[in-house]
Amino acid sequence: MTALPGQAPSDGIRGDTGAPGGTAAGGKKAGTGKKAGTGKDGRPVSTTNACRMCMPLGACLAFAGVEGTVPILHGGQGCATYIRRYLISHFNEPLDIGSSSFDESATVFGGEADLAQGIHNLVTAYGPQVVGVATTCLAETIGEDVPQILTRIRRGDAHLPEIIGVSTPSYAGTHADGYQAAVTAVVEALAGDEPGDGVTLLPGIVSPADLRHLHELAGAFGVPATVVPDFSDSLDGPIAAEHPRLRPGGTPLHGLARCGGNIAAVTLGGLAAPGVANAGELLHERFGIEHHRLPLPIGIRLTDDLVHVLTLAFGHGPAPWVEAERGRLVDAYVDGHKYLSGRRAVVYGDEDLVVGIAAFLSEIGIRPVACASGGRSGNLRSALRTAAPELADLEDLQVVEDADFERIDALTRETAPDLLVGHSKGYPTARALGIPLIRIGLPIHDRLGGQRLQHLGYRGAQRLFDQIVNTLIEREQSSSPVGYAYM
Amino acid sequence: MTAPHESSPATTADDPVALSPTGVAGETPGPPGELGGSDPGLPLPADLPAPEALVEKMLQAYPSKVARRRRQHLKANDPESPPPIQANSRTVPGIITQRGCCYAGCKGVVLGPVPDIVHLVHGPVGCSYYSWLTRRNQNRPAEGIANYGAYCFTTDLTEEEIIFGGEKKLAAAIREAYELFHPRAIAVFSTCPVGLIGDDVHAVARAMRKELDVNVFGFSCEGYKGVSQSAGHHIANNGLFTHVVGTEEPEGPYTGHPFRINVLGEYNIGGDAFVIDDLLERCGIELVATFSGNTNYGELAQAHTADLNVVMCHRSINYMAEMMEEKYGIPWLKINFLGAEATAKSLRRIAHFFGDADLIARVEAVIAQETAMIAAEREEIRSRCEGKLVMLYVGGSRAHHYQQLFADIGMPAVSAGYEFAHRDDYEGREVIGSIRVDADTRNIEELTVEPDPVRHQPRRTSQELAALHAKGLTTHDYDGMMRDMASGALIIDDISHHELQTLIEAYSPALVCSGIKDKYVVEKMGVPCKQLHNYDYGGPYAGFSGALTFYREIDRMLDLQVYRYVRPPWVDEPLDVPG
Ligand code: SF4
Ligand code: SF4
Repeated sequence: MTALPGQAPSDGIRGDTGAPGGTAAGGKKAGTGKKAGTGKDGRPVSTTNACRMCMPLGACLAFAGVEGTVPILHGGQGCATYIRRYLISHFNEPLDIGSSSFDESATVFGGEADLAQGIHNLVTAYGPQVVGVATTCLAETIGEDVPQILTRIRRGDAHLPEIIGVSTPSYAGTHADGYQAAVTAVVEALAGDEPGDGVTLLPGIVSPADLRHLHELAGAFGVPATVVPDFSDSLDGPIAAEHPRLRPGGTPLHGLARCGGNIAAVTLGGLAAPGVANAGELLHERFGIEHHRLPLPIGIRLTDDLVHVLTLAFGHGPAPWVEAERGRLVDAYVDGHKYLSGRRAVVYGDEDLVVGIAAFLSEIGIRPVACASGGRSGNLRSALRTAAPELADLEDLQVVEDADFERIDALTRETAPDLLVGHSKGYPTARALGIPLIRIGLPIHDRLGGQRLQHLGYRGAQRLFDQIVNTLIEREQSSSPVGYAYM
Repeated sequence: MTAPHESSPATTADDPVALSPTGVAGETPGPPGELGGSDPGLPLPADLPAPEALVEKMLQAYPSKVARRRRQHLKANDPESPPPIQANSRTVPGIITQRGCCYAGCKGVVLGPVPDIVHLVHGPVGCSYYSWLTRRNQNRPAEGIANYGAYCFTTDLTEEEIIFGGEKKLAAAIREAYELFHPRAIAVFSTCPVGLIGDDVHAVARAMRKELDVNVFGFSCEGYKGVSQSAGHHIANNGLFTHVVGTEEPEGPYTGHPFRINVLGEYNIGGDAFVIDDLLERCGIELVATFSGNTNYGELAQAHTADLNVVMCHRSINYMAEMMEEKYGIPWLKINFLGAEATAKSLRRIAHFFGDADLIARVEAVIAQETAMIAAEREEIRSRCEGKLVMLYVGGSRAHHYQQLFADIGMPAVSAGYEFAHRDDYEGREVIGSIRVDADTRNIEELTVEPDPVRHQPRRTSQELAALHAKGLTTHDYDGMMRDMASGALIIDDISHHELQTLIEAYSPALVCSGIKDKYVVEKMGVPCKQLHNYDYGGPYAGFSGALTFYREIDRMLDLQVYRYVRPPWVDEPLDVPG
């Protein structure tokens, strides 16, 4: 028993000790030890320290990015509360999520009346323009026919605003899948083809800072873009003297009305479980709009891809500052290359982000040795290959879907990288192994400013690049017996 | 002795050493009011808006049926005769509440803090993920005690298992957890879908207990049970009582130490239990187990050997106190270690319960020493904070306990309420008999407990208890929050987002105490918000040293200069543009 983690004093929240993957965890369960899991292929059947959140969380995030929308979850009230508190701890911003608050009898007779009442009360108290309804596992397990229920609710009250339903059973997908599903449901319900001369951008889960930058980047072609969803204000809003009940921000409804009539639509990322529809494809099918699928624009190459697509769509290049930012980034790569070349990294998190970050790392000379995600799209490897073809030849690159942190911990021990790149949940591993963690994505709950982390565009790459280089320099500097004061 | 809400006497503060334990031991215990009874809340300023008018204003935003229901949850306080308040009833769907679910109360609150039990969540992934290390309970496990606190185990059910049942997967997951750690116990928690697909977690637990020869037990704490976390507390109490408490006997005699107690309802958020443990130790009181902060499985298993249960959070753990009294004859006493005055009083209550002169002297010496340590700074901070208003909406006991901490520095509570408490937590235990039991509560099992044929030993005879009660040491009693609050304070059960915003506008409090779900709404409105669930990652706040830390924290928050910058200067005074 001496190898049990956590025998030293530990402070729960910091996860200081008892880090996953003490000898017991890493060796016996996920690693190569004899006492592997009891699943079919010798892998554990249970999940230890998951690397994914649940579907309705993603749906709420997407709904929070649509003007005047209040989300409500159909199911137990605990899900809404947990999801709220979780998202709030990342964004440090208020976020309202209603619940139909199932009780025991609703599990037998169905929760239609509760949902109707819940929507009605939300509408009275908040006056939203849209109510976004996502299901929890509970409603899905008892087989609630939410589309039917919503039809009846709408029919029962002509004064209700737009109600958008999305099916999000967490046993079938991750938060990223729930996000995609909700974005598609929003587009399905609200997209129109009023003529527009901008582009429609449909990013996977990125930060408010990223969303703001997408506006800037696409705006550099002279026409404001429609970004769906857009929680850059609603989940990273300024403090103000006024405090409206309904959070300001979100993709404007008039923007949605023309997102099928714009000159092109671009999905950025968009890896999702099979069966989750893609909003850009829907726009293309319904309105015939030109649709492109690109990885998240992280680093030079992938941002170039986006700028290229936009240049073709608009028929001209972006404002000069874009090229200037790009040029500065190239310049920085030249300056910093010697600190990075040959370093190795383990990347984990949402599939979209893992793909973009791995391609970026590879571009700056860092070799990704493991790319892991809790997602289950089945396409992570091929997406990596598309985004960064050179990764396809790396025989020792491990690509793992459906990973939990026990697995990620084991991968990290096995590959002994110079860096971990991912969200806060990797901290115990980073700490246990003394490997620096570059925080990206969501959730960030052990640092301030997760909502301001910028990953996208040349500027996001610049920030990441500087942070990574400086992290490595600092490490060398502080472990050097000399203590160099110059790099 | 120090009267409540008065500054500490300079005599003891100046020279704590002069107060020798024996010197105090000869003193007769203070008058009953200092050992029991209620502490009247600090009075409120006269110019506040009338609570009745505010109630009407809050109700305006609701459809009339909802308004009728909500009205029962909003009461103007009368400490002499607490008004009946509706509590522990279902939140109206669509009203945005702070409340969580039964599973959160069971796994998250009561069981989760125990470090050497493997907590396995049977259900889809989210429920376990969101309760993974989010509650900040801390542990300093003793030598040889494992801590699985950083782990989050779940069966992570998939669609197929939702359709065909998850029992097999659960059994396999238990086996894996066992193989991995060989823990002392494995607890299984059911989340919503599990109850619906008909998995029998208790049967699986029994089978695995046999197969692995380790204590495995399950909790049917599906989130739809009850109306809040509260149902989960009850279910957790039942399970702990049935499967853990009394399952181990200590080596050696029961009463090796004369003053052995359990602390019930202290979850060691931010390290509070570390402070309490230390205080008790210095007083010469032996702690058997804490339910359930900074404790371990073995301590809980032997908790029935204590001679007194002291109860911090009445809401979450009173069931355990009652059941242990019934089965083993252990009386319980309500205490509160939040606030310097409250801590002093609580320590005195424990000492006088045992009635031992040396113990009383030691406790007085500790109180004197600690009081002296914080006195000067407390006074200084009090001079800045006195009279400023606070509102507290949180949990099932903290909205009450923390008022006593604020009273230390002269800050009255203008409005308060619980998130998931019952009427007795507002009005006092005497209303328990008259609480209407609705369908949501009826579904939560009430264990029938008989005195243990062998181990039931009443620690005090009924005459002894009566004598204690006469001194104000009423055992198995709790007076509730209302008696300790000012007349006219607004009491709100299960406050909604909308009501909170209305009240902040009406009262302009100096500070709001709540949780993370409200924090940023409050702060966007220009009012600082102290989280009393996770302490904003601060603490400990218990005991005397903790109280001092809290005073400083409040002092800092009330002096937050940044709000001056909310309005840009050019909005109010347009600058002359030159030229
Ligand atoms: S029941 Fe499903 S929706 Fe609710 S928290 Fe758990 S995983 Fe998420
Ligand atoms: S599914 Fe049920 S148990 Fe899980 S968080 Fe939601 S209400 Fe709670």
